[in-house]
Amino acid sequence: MTAYITRRLLLMIPVAFLVSVMIFMLLRLTPGDPITILFGEEPDPTVIANLRHQYGLDRPIPIQYANWIGRFLHGDMGRSLRTRQPVTEAILTRLPATLELGLAALCFSLLISIPIGILSATKRNSVWDLVGTSFPLLGVSIPNFFSGIMLILLFSLTFRIFSPGGYVPFKVDAGQNLKHLVLPMIALATPSLAINMRFMRSGLIDALGQEYIRVARAKGLGERAVVVRHALKNAFIPFVTVVGLQVGALLEGAFITETIFLWPGVGRLAVDSIGGRDYPVVQGIVLLSALSFMSVNLIVDLLYAFLDPRIKYG
Amino acid sequence: MAETAAARTTAAPVALSVAPKPRRLFSWRTVRRQPRFLIGATFIGFLILLALAAPLIVRTDPKVSHPDDGIQRPSIHHLMGTDDLGRDVLGRAIYGARVSLAVGLIAVGIGLITGVTLGMTAGYKGGWADLLILRVIDALLAFPALLLAISITSALGPNLRNTMIAIGVVAIPIYARLTRGQVLQVKEREYIEAARTVGASQTRVAFRHILPNILNPLIVQASLSIAFAILAEASLSFLGLGAQPPTPTWGADINHARDYLSNGYWWMSLGPGLAILLTVFSFNLLGDSIRDILDPRLRDR
Repeated sequence: MTAYITRRLLLMIPVAFLVSVMIFMLLRLTPGDPITILFGEEPDPTVIANLRHQYGLDRPIPIQYANWIGRFLHGDMGRSLRTRQPVTEAILTRLPATLELGLAALCFSLLISIPIGILSATKRNSVWDLVGTSFPLLGVSIPNFFSGIMLILLFSLTFRIFSPGGYVPFKVDAGQNLKHLVLPMIALATPSLAINMRFMRSGLIDALGQEYIRVARAKGLGERAVVVRHALKNAFIPFVTVVGLQVGALLEGAFITETIFLWPGVGRLAVDSIGGRDYPVVQGIVLLSALSFMSVNLIVDLLYAFLDPRIKYG
Repeated sequence: MAETAAARTTAAPVALSVAPKPRRLFSWRTVRRQPRFLIGATFIGFLILLALAAPLIVRTDPKVSHPDDGIQRPSIHHLMGTDDLGRDVLGRAIYGARVSLAVGLIAVGIGLITGVTLGMTAGYKGGWADLLILRVIDALLAFPALLLAISITSALGPNLRNTMIAIGVVAIPIYARLTRGQVLQVKEREYIEAARTVGASQTRVAFRHILPNILNPLIVQASLSIAFAILAEASLSFLGLGAQPPTPTWGADINHARDYLSNGYWWMSLGPGLAILLTVFSFNLLGDSIRDILDPRLRDR
């Protein structure tokens, strides 16, 4: 197991390197002079030359990359072009709101998808089965900006139960915080809820068809014990992988959900920065998102190896 | 012993050089038992017709505004109402299908062709090419899909062509991985070795003998990726990164409608929203049912 973890970690290095090169090169792909992109139109050629030198843009591309990644590893991602705020600081101040929304959506998704998935797999051809088979297809087909707008229309403009958007920090007013959280949480959770439900159902159906379930039933075990103690335990192994992959969906979903619900998180910062051509901020957020997505995938893989005793890793 | 072994080696190329005939994909009998396939295919066919015949069906130009007609509720004249500029919401939704379908098909085409080529090279050549391609695939997969598409379009500049490229690039690793895995399975089979023995070139073996045998999973993946591509295009144009106004696109129209939501103009987002929902749903339905038809072991999932 230790050898496997080491190998996976070592394998992550070239991939992380490639990812950072791609993100670095994306800014170079942008049509136009990087100075104009980074600092706006500047008529004075000496000012341009100075800036070019100051930011090392007169150096060869590989050296520019090395400087950029070196600064990143020290936590320096440059400054926002619009606000002059350090990018690291801008991201860190918005991270709590995003984490709150993401974790709430993940919990909501699990709380709904697991029970319905189980009911749908064990009570075939019931109402639960209908929900368990039709919702997954519908849930992955509705873009979260449309479900978000429909939720606002229904629950805040028609029935006035929840506010249509905004954010109140938990420390200031916990009740208001949760009231603002409900709608964006549902909108963000919908696609992952759909996928989780589908995999819970199929995983359990798969597990229930195995030999050891027949053995458990044959020795007279009650249906409840068969499902809970034998089938569910094994159905959860593939489920963990799928839930891990949802973290990526939650990350990108946050971009749009936060924009609709005026939620002051990292996703909305990214969207505002893209609109305002604030490249250092965009670059920083994309790099951090990719690195966290990679880490989550690694953790999921390791967990999978740990959970499934049949899989041996050298 | 020696005799039989010799007989086997000489006999083998002749007997096995014929690749198994790929199974027929669809017959009326299998399709009839899949209502999901029929529903999905019917709606998509209907949508393609609408998109092609848009100028014949929609009387008003979706790009021209009529300020006098602004903000009208759904009525006989405007079945889904008009937007703030007096443009017919349903008409723009029908024209929006053109953009969505074009992006869906072209982006998936880019991903499919590039991905299959890469996967084929990696799986068939092995060695350094394989290692290099695998790392690039891993790097592309390290990004959440939509985030990668957003980064590429915002770097290349927001327009329709770049949207297609961005979504196409995002789809590459899926096809590359799928193809590589399938090639590794197929390439050691005897009929491939036989084809090589009789002197078929590498490209010939790859395209004439390997490709037809890995087609099924590629077809399933393609129909599911079109659903993803249409959803991604909608998200990008919602964020202002897709085709630019006044071109009608579903995502951009919803974003535009959002500003008028609090005024109670609910119908503005309904047309494009339902259009996305139904289209993506149909492609998902189609993909799911094709998978069931091609691989009956997976049925019930």
